[in-house]
Amino acid sequence: MEKHRHKFSLLKVLRENQAAQGSFLMSPTNIYSMIFIVLPLILVVVLSFLARGTYGEVVFRFNLTNYTRLFDTLYAKILAFSLGVGLGTTIVSLLVGYPMAYYIARAPVHQRSLLLFLILLPFWTNFIIRIYAWIMILREGGFLNSFLQWTGLIHQPLNILYTPTAVLIGMVYEFLPFMVLPLYTSLEKIKDAQLEAAADLGAPPWKAFLRVTLPLSVPGMIAGTILVFIPAMGMFVVPDLMGGAKTILIGNVIRNQFLTARDWPFGAAASMLLMLLTMAFTIYYTRKAGFGEELLV
Amino acid sequence: MSEKKPALWLRIYTFLVYAYIYFPILILVIFSFNTQKLNIHWEGFTLEWYNKLFQDSQVLLAARNTLIIAFISTLVATIIGTMAALALQRYRFPGYNLSETVLYVPVVIPEVVMGISLLVFFAIIKFTLGIATITLSHIAFNIPFVALVVRARLHGFDKSIEEASMDLGANELITFWRVTLPTIMPGVLSGAMLAFTLSLDDYVITYFTAGPGSTTLPLRIYSMVRFAVTPEVNALSTIWILIVFILLFIGEYAPRSRTKIKT
Amino acid sequence: MKIYRISLVFVLVALLLAACGSSGGAKVLNLYAWSEYVPQALLDNFTQQTGIKVNYDTYSSNEELLAKLQAGASGYDVIVPSDYIVSIMTHQNMLEKLDLSRIPNFANIDSRFKNPSFDASNMYTVPYQWGTTGLLYDPTVMPFEPTRWADLWDPAFANRLVALDDEREIIGVALQVLGYDKNATDSVQLEAAKQKLLELMPNIRLFDSDSPESAILSGEAWAGIVWNGNASLGYAENTDLVYLCPEEGCGIWFDNLAIPKNAPHADAALQFINYVLSPEASILITMEFPYSNPNAAALEYLKTSDQALYDSYMSFAGTNPPQDFLMKATPLIDVGEATTIYDRIWTEIKGGQ
Repeated sequence: MEKHRHKFSLLKVLRENQAAQGSFLMSPTNIYSMIFIVLPLILVVVLSFLARGTYGEVVFRFNLTNYTRLFDTLYAKILAFSLGVGLGTTIVSLLVGYPMAYYIARAPVHQRSLLLFLILLPFWTNFIIRIYAWIMILREGGFLNSFLQWTGLIHQPLNILYTPTAVLIGMVYEFLPFMVLPLYTSLEKIKDAQLEAAADLGAPPWKAFLRVTLPLSVPGMIAGTILVFIPAMGMFVVPDLMGGAKTILIGNVIRNQFLTARDWPFGAAASMLLMLLTMAFTIYYTRKAGFGEELLV
Repeated sequence: MSEKKPALWLRIYTFLVYAYIYFPILILVIFSFNTQKLNIHWEGFTLEWYNKLFQDSQVLLAARNTLIIAFISTLVATIIGTMAALALQRYRFPGYNLSETVLYVPVVIPEVVMGISLLVFFAIIKFTLGIATITLSHIAFNIPFVALVVRARLHGFDKSIEEASMDLGANELITFWRVTLPTIMPGVLSGAMLAFTLSLDDYVITYFTAGPGSTTLPLRIYSMVRFAVTPEVNALSTIWILIVFILLFIGEYAPRSRTKIKT
Repeated sequence: MKIYRISLVFVLVALLLAACGSSGGAKVLNLYAWSEYVPQALLDNFTQQTGIKVNYDTYSSNEELLAKLQAGASGYDVIVPSDYIVSIMTHQNMLEKLDLSRIPNFANIDSRFKNPSFDASNMYTVPYQWGTTGLLYDPTVMPFEPTRWADLWDPAFANRLVALDDEREIIGVALQVLGYDKNATDSVQLEAAKQKLLELMPNIRLFDSDSPESAILSGEAWAGIVWNGNASLGYAENTDLVYLCPEEGCGIWFDNLAIPKNAPHADAALQFINYVLSPEASILITMEFPYSNPNAAALEYLKTSDQALYDSYMSFAGTNPPQDFLMKATPLIDVGEATTIYDRIWTEIKGGQ
């Protein structure tokens, strides 16, 4: 009997107290994050202030050299280049993916999950294999060149592979679903009533799109941008394989510190820098343009 | 959005994008039958690579591991991530900003960093590396992705249907189960599909948290490919696609026990 | 409810997969080696003979092996580190001492490979395979045939070279061209090497440690700085290809079997190592992965069991480098703290333009 009463009051608290409900829903994530994300990262922060020993092991000698090394123009250039690649990939993915998400959102309901599935299906093969397939297509004697030469459009094979263009093609290919899925969920929610109202008020389709559809799909665009821009900046596999490993992005620098140079403290410092930049970007972006609005509803 | 016949250019465009997505896959499949081991030029047709594949116990073990990890991590991450999305999108509570920031951390850090941090963490607490550590790591990076997708779906969610449901006498739990959840279900499923894909394909984080005997398909394939891309890897991909296609067909065309009323 | 069904299916499938095919092994060996380096047939034969099942996990570089072990990853019984990595590991006390009395097949190893500089008296390791780093090219497309590394700087090779994505090897080549030691740590010499490499960059089409021979076979590149295994694979597809050691010098490396400290199945590890050193097992390696084999008994065995393979092994510089090749080959030595200088040069070469 007593237990029953206890349970009742706990439920009562949850029912009436909005904040308690929110906390309750958030708690599994918080606990999980504390253990498997925050704690390990604290270890990395500590690591960034330590030093590298002769054999690449970690020496417990507090110092700031890892961070001062980062202020070199070499790393600034690399960081800027990585930002450029991330930005380029994001913009192209957005441009390529938006019409597609739009099409799927307006397709017959029973077709939608199939169409989405078809986008994701290739991603259930292995990422490395897909890149190798692209290499086969884009190389000098590859399919694209053979086809273009056969049709007579070009006479000399195009030098696409191992250039930044190839890297962009590969990156967009890998990140497209991350853009299309959030865009789709956003677009799919737009009610007909809103579009009909616009039409009733005399707006032509393109205006309805610009004034109604586009703004309402902004949350999807934000989610998509975050899901693409940030990993794209830290990517190293695609530039390695399709760019001929001739360019270094910040991701390569970090990877090299952990695997080749075995200078973990420096790698940790570089990671911290990248993390701070991307977190600042995310916080600023979502506050300004995104989820903050919910508060006013 | 409802269905309306989309403009022709849009249909052609979408078709072209699908072609862009699938052309490499086509190449992949065709070249799984190539007799040339280095798989650079087409030499002839053979099934030997498929044969080799089915005898490759390492690959089969890796496939099994990959699926277990993907299923479990997707399930857990979807539940936790959806809860987090609901919390952040509809409530204010103490520690809101901090929770939101911490949630998105895995999206924002380089995978190498996350991988290393987890490796060191597991080593310090002396947790043997294996399938468990990989799964725990996958859940960690899947939660924010699920949350992001579901949040996009929740934005602008019309609470009035929930209020209507409660006015009609249903309590919070029933309202959630019968009204809220079905409405956000497309978002939840999108999130789950994304999480599953991420887990299936993950290389970097898995690499750092894998131990003896717990190798996954991406790890195995990456190392097979380091030496030379033999058509065996293509054969593996082709089989994989085939299985997924079959599952998809079953999912789409299996008899449904109940029709649902869509809101 | 649809969600119920879906999640139920999820859980069931997961449990099903977990249940079937569990290894249940009391007798198990955890091998951690390069990928495409230990033939499955070898592992299967070992299991047949001893009843010990082998888990073969892979890494794709020495540094990855080192990184993982230094971070505390455990559970492995046998690893395959290269020469300079062995030095690092012994300095950090990461290896178990070998009881050579339990490895009688050690006698099969060619005496030239016993007692190496990085592991005197084979206290911690026995040889597995060895190889070289050299110049591979396709004479049918080259404007002229190179005999020195310096030839590769010729503008005729613009955008036609492939190089290993390995900072030590490539910076090493530049050092050798300038007449310095391949393992230099002097910052002046290294700076000069960096400048030299910057001049080479326009000629390099791509860096690739995975399969550089593919670029040469497909015609994208005409020549490359590669490992002998790559050269052999290329040669198997195109017998026109030439592999040689340029005048300024080239590289040589030795891979070894070792047991990490606190290996859970040390006894099985010794059995395995002994088996790998037997002629029947060793030729399996040569048949599948064309590196150079330090096992003299195995090569003798190969002569009788597969004459054709033996002949091609002996005649190709990739598998059997001639004496003048070997005399110019220098192994890599760990450069300690100078590793950060090498890394910085590598970053500048790739990212600084």
